[in-house]
Amino acid sequence: MMTGASSLLRNGDVVASAEIPCVSLADFREQVLQACEGGARIATLFGRLADAGRVRLFAVLANDAEGQLALWSTEVVDGYPALTPACIQAHWFEREIAEQWGIRPEGHPWLKPIRFHRSYREGHDAWGRSAETPIQPGVTDFFKMTGDEVHEVAVGPVHAGIIEPGHFRFQCHGEHVYHLEISLGYQHRGVERALVGGPNKRTIPYLETLAGDTTIGHALAYCEAIEALAGCQVPARAQALRAIALELERLANHTGDLGALANDIGYLPTASYCGRIRGDFLNLTALICGNRFGRGLIRPGGVLFDLDEARHKQLEERLAEAHKDVTNAVELLWDTSSVRARFENAGPVSREMAVELGLVGVVARASGLGHDVRSQFPSGIYRFAQIPVSSYHTGSVFARAYVRWMEIQRSIAFVFDQLKALPDGPVRSEVGALAADSAVVSLTEGWRGEICHTALTDAHGRLAHYKIVDPSFHNWMGLALALRNQQISDFPLCNKSFNLSYCGHDL
Amino acid sequence: MKPESFIPLLLALMLSPLLPGVINRTKALFAGRRGPPLLQIYFDLWKLLHKGAVYSRTTTWIFRAGPMLGLAAVLTAAMLVPLGNFPALIAFPADFLLFAGLLGLMRFFTVLAALDTGSSFEGMGASREVFFSALAEPALLVALATLARQAGSYSLSTLLGQVAGGHWLHLGPVLALVMIALMIVLLAENARIPVDDPNTHLELTMIHEVMVLDHGGPDFAFIVYGAALKLWLLAALVVGMVVPATGAPGLDLALVMGGMFAVAVVVGVVESVMARLRLAMVPQLLVGAGALAAAAFLLGLK
Repeated sequence: MMTGASSLLRNGDVVASAEIPCVSLADFREQVLQACEGGARIATLFGRLADAGRVRLFAVLANDAEGQLALWSTEVVDGYPALTPACIQAHWFEREIAEQWGIRPEGHPWLKPIRFHRSYREGHDAWGRSAETPIQPGVTDFFKMTGDEVHEVAVGPVHAGIIEPGHFRFQCHGEHVYHLEISLGYQHRGVERALVGGPNKRTIPYLETLAGDTTIGHALAYCEAIEALAGCQVPARAQALRAIALELERLANHTGDLGALANDIGYLPTASYCGRIRGDFLNLTALICGNRFGRGLIRPGGVLFDLDEARHKQLEERLAEAHKDVTNAVELLWDTSSVRARFENAGPVSREMAVELGLVGVVARASGLGHDVRSQFPSGIYRFAQIPVSSYHTGSVFARAYVRWMEIQRSIAFVFDQLKALPDGPVRSEVGALAADSAVVSLTEGWRGEICHTALTDAHGRLAHYKIVDPSFHNWMGLALALRNQQISDFPLCNKSFNLSYCGHDL
Repeated sequence: MKPESFIPLLLALMLSPLLPGVINRTKALFAGRRGPPLLQIYFDLWKLLHKGAVYSRTTTWIFRAGPMLGLAAVLTAAMLVPLGNFPALIAFPADFLLFAGLLGLMRFFTVLAALDTGSSFEGMGASREVFFSALAEPALLVALATLARQAGSYSLSTLLGQVAGGHWLHLGPVLALVMIALMIVLLAENARIPVDDPNTHLELTMIHEVMVLDHGGPDFAFIVYGAALKLWLLAALVVGMVVPATGAPGLDLALVMGGMFAVAVVVGVVESVMARLRLAMVPQLLVGAGALAAAAFLLGLK
């Protein structure tokens, strides 16, 4: 057992499992807490069954300033002193660990299940539930306020619109929201466990449908993990095509989000035009690979579809067209005072809160943080072609909308650059066997934010453990806190400005 | 009772569902869409009337009576409102008070039915509706009182015609203020942007729509039809203020119908070019409408 320095990794570095430092619980706590105090974020924190019924906890701490990832681990049996009281961003991870492994983080202030499934360790349940007790999503404790004039509004899991299921509970006084609690887990499918033993034929489809709107993002994070483990070099042309697909996914979703934000405040022109332009961006992805969401495009070793001369030209032309349209549609938002009146000051998330909660992606950047995997932990073509980080300081709905707009402009410019200088050569290389007994952390900046995949292989080079952290996992709590002291009628607007994934969270 | 005094009522009954159709087409034009057919509301009504209704076990007879009584109230109100130069079926001094009261009654039954469901959404909508209409009602009353005073007549059928006939030249500013106040009331009372968003599916932001979520079938048809009538009547007030009598009934009718659809187009344009107000700002808008009406009243005192 090593006790020395942690494994300092870059995005996509492979480390032998034996070299992952496994330290005492006290040291582990110390390392995590110190790192977070020093400005690092918890990129992932998860458990995995070890020998003799013990559970090994792994923490990946992302240091944005250094562009480095620190990997630590420790072993626990049934409980350990929770990190959450000292480091709030651990709270959702610790609830996950408690639920999955039946380990109690002692002193966790609000220990509840997050996905409502049985513990993976038979006979261990963090809440002492027997095997006969039925577990139903949403059936748990909720915050309660009492008083004659206080009322509770429960929304979902079945919603009026065609959206994913989630349960939202508001404690209100009239229109004023004191607290919002979000209960998810309705979409839990057990993807992570299904990946164990892979890679096999099912692996990629699982990843591509993990969160349907982030097909490229998750597929890319997975493929980069696999390629790292296999020591495979992806051809430059494939790397450029992947980045183009990732940015097209961002363009489609950001455009759709801006349209949906306009729709939520009843601002018709942007709402209807952006709905169409989102489709234009999706069709550009379809132009590359035949699928609007990019399914079937990204595979370990490269991409399955090359861009021939004719489609290359068409892509450029249609992108220019969409650029013009989206500019017209979105600039209406900033020019209309009634829109700004709705966006500004709604659902604020302060910079401090964003740091404490460990928020990522658009939401973090809208609160003045500079987290962007493409800039701090670049992989693939992003190591050579930089995209400026888009951030804004107010943390409001306006900031989240405006950051999206800045990113749209920068992504379009980036895609044009890539198309202009698209490298020649093959688009796929052979992927060999995966390194045995190894681990890799793969980060990708999906359109919502940081996607973190951690893969561990067994002695035969099969996946022994696969941990996925969708950006939504970090950010749901941000939405809950953004709603405090807001009007309940502004919830849909705030919700849309986060636009988090339910299935990406539920896995 | 003159035979032509049936015209306003008949036109209201037959053509009121056309107004939302015009609004929707206007909005579609701005959004670059084709939009639903002009007659969509008629189709919807036909469809709803042929459906059964589902009632929650937690509701009582109040819930079932709500839509019927609401429609009855607005139908009665329709007998009081003239259309341009055509007098209303029933006219008597101070009938505008009854008109406002009947709209209040309609709302009262809608709110009761909403509260009867016990749903937190509907309670929220009811609370918003009552709060906002408590602010919109004074604006409406003061606006009508201003008109009544200027016209020296206290019946809707005569006062609107007199205002349109000759007061614009020397009372332009007063009437313009009244008209703006009435337009704001019209938008607020009919759940239009900037006060409410008739298209949203988001329960938490709705006002009027959320109160009628649990109604279905013929009950909902009554509500939809009642809402169309209410829009028609308030539009008729606005139009009545501006369209003068020409003496030729055919021309009068054409002018007033053109006016009605113009109001619908204006509503559609407003919905297309601005976002909805934050809910907390709505009272300010309505109090503003009241203030405009009061200012008009004072201006006209000289």
